[in-house]
Amino acid sequence: MKRRTFGTLTAGLTLAACLMGTSAMAQDKTRIAIVVKALGIGFFEAANKGAEEAAKELGDVEIIYTGPTDTTAEGQIEVINALIAQQVNAIAISANDRDALVPALKKAMDRGITVISWDSGVAPEGRQMHLNPSSNPLIGNMIIKLAADHLPDGGDVAVLSASATATNQNTWIEEMNKVLPNYPGINVVGTVYGDDLADKSYRETQGLMQTYPNLKAIIAPTSVGIVAAAQAVTDAGKIGQINVTGLGLPSEMAAAVESGASQSFAIWNPIDLGYSATMIAYNLVKGNAKAEPGGKIGMGRMGEVTLDDSNEGAMADPFVYDKSNIADFKSIF
Amino acid sequence: MTEALKSREAILTGAILVLIALISTRYPGFAAPGNLANVFNDTAPLILLALGQMIVILTKCIDLSVAANLALTGMVVAMLNTVAPGVPVIVILLIALALGALMGAINGILVWKLSIPPIVVTLGTMTIFRGIIFLISDGAWVNAHEMSAPFKDFPRHVILGLPTLSWIAIAAVLAFYVLTTRTALGRAFFAVGGNPHASVYTGINVGRTQFWAYVISGTLAGLTGYLWVARYAVAYVDIAGGFELDVVAACVIGGVSIAGGSGSVIGALLGAIFLGVVKNALPVVNISPFWQLAISGTAIIVAIAFNARASRVPGRVILKRAEHAA
Repeated sequence: MKRRTFGTLTAGLTLAACLMGTSAMAQDKTRIAIVVKALGIGFFEAANKGAEEAAKELGDVEIIYTGPTDTTAEGQIEVINALIAQQVNAIAISANDRDALVPALKKAMDRGITVISWDSGVAPEGRQMHLNPSSNPLIGNMIIKLAADHLPDGGDVAVLSASATATNQNTWIEEMNKVLPNYPGINVVGTVYGDDLADKSYRETQGLMQTYPNLKAIIAPTSVGIVAAAQAVTDAGKIGQINVTGLGLPSEMAAAVESGASQSFAIWNPIDLGYSATMIAYNLVKGNAKAEPGGKIGMGRMGEVTLDDSNEGAMADPFVYDKSNIADFKSIF
Repeated sequence: MTEALKSREAILTGAILVLIALISTRYPGFAAPGNLANVFNDTAPLILLALGQMIVILTKCIDLSVAANLALTGMVVAMLNTVAPGVPVIVILLIALALGALMGAINGILVWKLSIPPIVVTLGTMTIFRGIIFLISDGAWVNAHEMSAPFKDFPRHVILGLPTLSWIAIAAVLAFYVLTTRTALGRAFFAVGGNPHASVYTGINVGRTQFWAYVISGTLAGLTGYLWVARYAVAYVDIAGGFELDVVAACVIGGVSIAGGSGSVIGALLGAIFLGVVKNALPVVNISPFWQLAISGTAIIVAIAFNARASRVPGRVILKRAEHAA
């Protein structure tokens, strides 16, 4: 009930905003919709900053930043339908579900709207190309390396993921397991799911600490989970004994790094990601580039992305944050 | 009637004990006193909200806005703490209580003076409160390093072996026990829900009693808002999303009649603890996340079915002979 109310509300608002904006100037501008997993998540707010930066640089672009209020595919479908009604030029989406969004996005493409996915992907038939923040093998390797670097003698490591159906988390964990043999002594004992809710992630972390008394590290490749895990480890008085690492935002992880609950963590720059997605969407709308296997698409100051056989490309390597640089980045995103 | 209530609570207590025993067979450490204290502490927010919800349900109403109220109060006090870290915790607590009470009063006024159905009122205010969080925070999080140490430490502070959070829940249970059994207002909640028309003849103002029920529920939600944000050291738009359903479920499991007029503090407490045990047990017994939701749901339905059977008053056959004759 709540989801529907919110979704309709969001759709209504975006529609209203569109009706107000169309009359005078917006028609000659390229309108690019940035659709995120849910509004109110720091990572996506930062991506929006990057999108606005790209819009400023390009001049004739209007960004419509939107998304549901909680991370559901239904919510995103309502948002997509509203955007189709508004006749935007492009939709760049970070998907809550790989397959559920395909019909809605196909409908958008049928109406001549350029559709790309970024961050969390859509199945190939539902988009023209997908921009990975980094390559999945690099991220999978990075998250296990972050844990292994602080465990010279090896030890038990557990994974705290978002929801069990999250496309990106599952891919990274898969890639992580592939390179596991390169880290002798590191033993991945289990994966639990915090559903990107602070309280559930906290409880799952407590469960991990109870089930595996010898746990040495928790890998949380999700920004909500890593914060909750760090808090649970701090409250259990296990700082120094359990290292929380994974993917998080500097602003949200600053306290955990300063207290020592997290030695280090990684993330790509979400500002760059929003910027690149906008640049790609713009170039595809304008016909400057084509989304086809082997094709190259310009991303402004980020260089260009080369697409593979399934029309996917990677932006850049993830970047590691620790005590030495957290202070500089915590006020940025 | 008291006999039936007693036995219902006995059944629930038994169910909780059986559940803990079952979990212990798969994870022996679960029944350790230290762990049970942790489970209780984790359940404290649910207990606080369930007590308020129980009062509202007693008066034939429902409060779906509790989780949104909690989130909005939490966000306000967290933002206040970032701009004025020197404000003492006691002032923060008072602000949280007052803000929660104010939001409860809005619900109450709408139900009382405009006679709008409670489910519609609170569904509306739930959305409005969540929306306001977004407006005041601009979608940004308030993070652990932006909160002051005393702000975060209050619910964790250990007194006599239990954190403050647990003590607050215990104090609330005692206070509500006295309220519902020993005060005129407390009895009025039962009367209004049990038979609104009769209570009018006895001089009880039905609307005003419902108003106070909402104020009480809102106040508790406000208090829990601060405790929640301080405990998880993070405030954002979607905290406690969907938690209102857990709260209603806790009440219903605890034998609070959704039709109003019947229920007890102990029942609500046990209902909350039951859900708390299930939530805390699922991570340690290593069950697939896909099953976890199904198990939680089944537990709720089984518990309610149990309650419905236990509370059914057997009809008295007064025309036995005639029945046989026919």
